[in-house]
Amino acid sequence: MGFISIEQLNKTFTSDADQVVALTDLSVGISEGTFLGVMGPSGSGKSTFLTILGGLSRPTAGRVCVDGIDIYALGGEQLADFRREYLGFVFQSFNLIPYLNALENVMLPLAVKRLSSREKKRMASQVLERVGLLPRAEHLPSQLSGGEQERVAIARALVNAPPLILADEPTGSLDTATSQSIMDLFSELNADGQTIVMVTHNNEIRHYFDRTILLRDGRVAEDSATRPAAAVACAG
Amino acid sequence: MTLESIVLNNLRRRKGRMIFLVLGLLIGVATVVTLISLANALTADVQHKMENYGANILITPRSDDLSLSYGGITLGGVSVDSREIRQADLAKIMTIPNNRNIAAVAPKVLGAVEIGSERVLLMGVEIDKEFQLKKWWSVQGQPLTDDGQIVAGQSAATALGLQVGDQLILRERPFRVSGILNKTGSQDDHLLIASLPVVQQLLGKPGTVSLVEVAALCHDCPVTDMVNQISTALPEVDVSAIQQVVKSRMHALDQFRSFSLAIAGVVILIGALVVFVTMMSAVNERTREIGIFRALGFRRGHVMRLILLESSLLSLVAGILGFLAGMGATRVILPLMSETHVALHWSPLLAVLAVLLALVVGCLASFYPALHASRLDPTEALRAL
Repeated sequence: MGFISIEQLNKTFTSDADQVVALTDLSVGISEGTFLGVMGPSGSGKSTFLTILGGLSRPTAGRVCVDGIDIYALGGEQLADFRREYLGFVFQSFNLIPYLNALENVMLPLAVKRLSSREKKRMASQVLERVGLLPRAEHLPSQLSGGEQERVAIARALVNAPPLILADEPTGSLDTATSQSIMDLFSELNADGQTIVMVTHNNEIRHYFDRTILLRDGRVAEDSATRPAAAVACAG
Repeated sequence: MTLESIVLNNLRRRKGRMIFLVLGLLIGVATVVTLISLANALTADVQHKMENYGANILITPRSDDLSLSYGGITLGGVSVDSREIRQADLAKIMTIPNNRNIAAVAPKVLGAVEIGSERVLLMGVEIDKEFQLKKWWSVQGQPLTDDGQIVAGQSAATALGLQVGDQLILRERPFRVSGILNKTGSQDDHLLIASLPVVQQLLGKPGTVSLVEVAALCHDCPVTDMVNQISTALPEVDVSAIQQVVKSRMHALDQFRSFSLAIAGVVILIGALVVFVTMMSAVNERTREIGIFRALGFRRGHVMRLILLESSLLSLVAGILGFLAGMGATRVILPLMSETHVALHWSPLLAVLAVLLALVVGCLASFYPALHASRLDPTEALRAL
């Protein structure tokens, strides 16, 4: 069943006189529970693909449907609500808020939700424990190592229990050993049924994915799926 | 974790960033508070002085003839017609609605007397009230203390060759010259002054007075209101305001007020500009952070609220500190601007207005920066993505 269906996606960046085509007629279906790796050289459009899938950048043409929702048919504020409820982002440079400690950073997506502060703390502590960083909850990002910051970022992506995790080069700024432990963590999450889409150009972590798509010049050049999930039409 | 706690954490852990914003707004509010409280204190001071220095309402007998008087004193000497003011009626003045604004009522009787070949104007006054009203009188010797004494104006003393302590016979009644007025430059210089009952008796006008000076002050009502109220209470006399005194002093204060407001306006404008520039650069500095918030599912409205919460919190602090600074500055400046001691009045209304002013200016000036923040493209903000 196509949990995510991406149909005929086109994205062109226009700046002054230049027109850069980032994606051309890209169509992908992604089933629930997949650990998808999106790979390709720089300029292949993989980052653009992730921002569009993440509801952050409107495509020039085409549709993105997640769980039956045509996300770019939503208004701006509803799209923000969608990101909050459906997505967890893990950024390349962790992007923690420097003036909030680890626990507060994890609670960030809950800040605009109507929950008691005790409940928010409970939820954040739970995911922080899951990534093994509960003892460091009171530390500011500047007091944490790169790997620890990455774990906080993952915990923040998980705190809302989103159906989909999007990760952009999560191992980009980590050493090999730390990269491995982070990828192990993603694998565990996936084993528990978490759908993950990860963009990377690191071939060494390829073996963690259960499906790999190779992008080149904004098109799918290779897809490891033997039987790609059928694109399912958006509801409504 | 709420939007409020994000703001508080940001301000707590990044102190110093917003110091210019607080300072800019603080200086603006402090200036406004200083100027307003100075103007208020000086108004109170002037009112206090006017109560002390002289009358501003004159009550004279009704006359259909052309006036032969100037400055409250009848010229031409003797012409005191039969229509005088009954002294008993004066009690009615204190029954008017604004009676609490009446500082002093000073009745006097006037008449000419002959001393040798000289004709001199003799004025009978209520000893305590007259000298209270005319604080600018300075007397060589003693002011009047009893009915047997007389005070001579400078010119009258010279003309009659009087010295302090001299004996003077007026219509067969002896008086002792207790003091001589230093030159006032007014008609008072030509007078002999004695106590009211004695002069009434001497001139054969018991129970009547020639004119009454009233010192009335009212900062919340015009002096013409007071005049009308006294006219109603005493329908058989003429009541007129000595307008110039009040008007010129109030005019000077009004000018100070408008000048103050103009200065305050400029300073507040500069304060708003400082807030705007500071918030704008803070937003630009936090572009990436705002991108993270947006990616994590904060709505545009949430981002706006975040920025406005921050600026209103800082404005609140600036407002409170600005009020205190302004009152402090007033305390320092006030003695330099007024020779008498004027009490500094702590007005809760001014405090509330100062804080409100800071909040309104702070929020208005950071509205555009907040809007700008909410409109940032999250992908631009997260260049890494």
